[in-house]
Amino acid sequence: MTDHLEAIKNAVIGGKHSEIKELVQQGLNAGLDPNALINDALIAAMDVVGKDFGSGKIFVPEMLVAALTMKNGLDVVKPLLAGDQIQSRGTVVMATVKGDLHDIGKNLVSMMLEGAGFKVIDLGVDLSVEKLLERLKEIEPQVLGLSALLTTTMPEMKRVIQELEAQGIRKNLKVMVGGAPVDRSFAEKIGADGYGANAAEAVELARFFTH
Amino acid sequence: MLIVGELINASRKSIAGYIEKKDASALQAIAKDQLEAGANYIDINAGVFVDREVEYLRWLVETVQSAVEAPCCIDSPDPRAIEAALSVHKGTAMINSISLEKERYEQVLPIVAGTDLKVVALCMSEEGMPETAEQRLLIADKLINGLVSAKVAEENIYVDPLVQPVATNTAYGKAFLEAVGRIRHEFKGVHTMCGLSNISFGMPERKLLNQTFMVMAITSGLDGAIVNPLDKKMMAAILAAETLVGRDDFCMTYLKAYRAGRFTFDSK
Repeated sequence: MTDHLEAIKNAVIGGKHSEIKELVQQGLNAGLDPNALINDALIAAMDVVGKDFGSGKIFVPEMLVAALTMKNGLDVVKPLLAGDQIQSRGTVVMATVKGDLHDIGKNLVSMMLEGAGFKVIDLGVDLSVEKLLERLKEIEPQVLGLSALLTTTMPEMKRVIQELEAQGIRKNLKVMVGGAPVDRSFAEKIGADGYGANAAEAVELARFFTH
Repeated sequence: MLIVGELINASRKSIAGYIEKKDASALQAIAKDQLEAGANYIDINAGVFVDREVEYLRWLVETVQSAVEAPCCIDSPDPRAIEAALSVHKGTAMINSISLEKERYEQVLPIVAGTDLKVVALCMSEEGMPETAEQRLLIADKLINGLVSAKVAEENIYVDPLVQPVATNTAYGKAFLEAVGRIRHEFKGVHTMCGLSNISFGMPERKLLNQTFMVMAITSGLDGAIVNPLDKKMMAAILAAETLVGRDDFCMTYLKAYRAGRFTFDSK
């Protein structure tokens, strides 16, 4: 059993996206528990990938292909689990703020959060405060991730947090921010709960918030 | 090749510090260095100071132009900041930039209409970032038509087809290069330019990718760039590529640069 788990885990780390389905199927045929397969092989692999990315050992394309590999593996396992059996670490809503159309960083973060076992709802780019609040009330996530690439749209993050306070939905919601011009001191100044410099740090934050 | 020196940008911590302390001489030295290294325009950006951008951008124009005889590339989407900078600017400035995002388009167009200002036209629209060459061309077409109808001359338009990181999609490099070639071909007289370091986001040895991509872009017809002119290797690559692609009569620019020591690099 551990051989199978190990092989699947290594395949994800190595980004073997075309071989993964067969490996997962072999594991299942050999009697691997689907939840163990997800947690101890697929998600465990993405933990390694996230750490290696955070430390600069691997680079964006390697992270992307690992995430794709994990997703391919997950596609084989998922049909075996009834909806409520799929364990989620929590729900994260992701968005790029109003006036800003950049989404590359946000997409990387979303992908890595999914890889870490979170349910991610990506609301896209150029999102108005009103629209965002409406969706947050409906989804009730534990974590909100806000992204901005432009110095001109950074203040929009502050507006979002102020509005969350004003509407009383800030209490049960952790807010993390990121994007090239954003830094820790800005995050503190606007009252965010955390700042992530890259996708790996964002995953760490989300984990910390949902513990 | 039109070179815009990118260094006076407040999103760099040291520059933001100089601006806040109103350290004119530090900024003037950076402007001078860039000009000597081959910059035609000095980019000025104070975007991180949201509330004070108007005041700072005007101050930057005065500060830079009292030290160097070069026009500025006014780097802001805020019409008030652009107007303030233009009010004190000497010579013909470049505006960086207009795009097809509704608000930006409507606010920047009246400023450049009927003038001889140079304008960077960024291929971005309400629908987000273009992915393919085709999407870039569609946006470029609308921007060029809008600018020309507003009496901006073709030769003053610099289309930036928008560089996206090859780390996230290996087709992005080629889509950009194809767009550069097609814009040059389909819109005679219009220029292309870009800041291209985004191509190497998420990758190691970014300078290698940036330089190589610059050479490929010049081959495709790129004739403007926002770069760090103090990066000698990048500037040498640009000079060499221009000579090789036939834009350097009798190779004189190349030879002059050779004699000026522009092709000797420190080993650090």
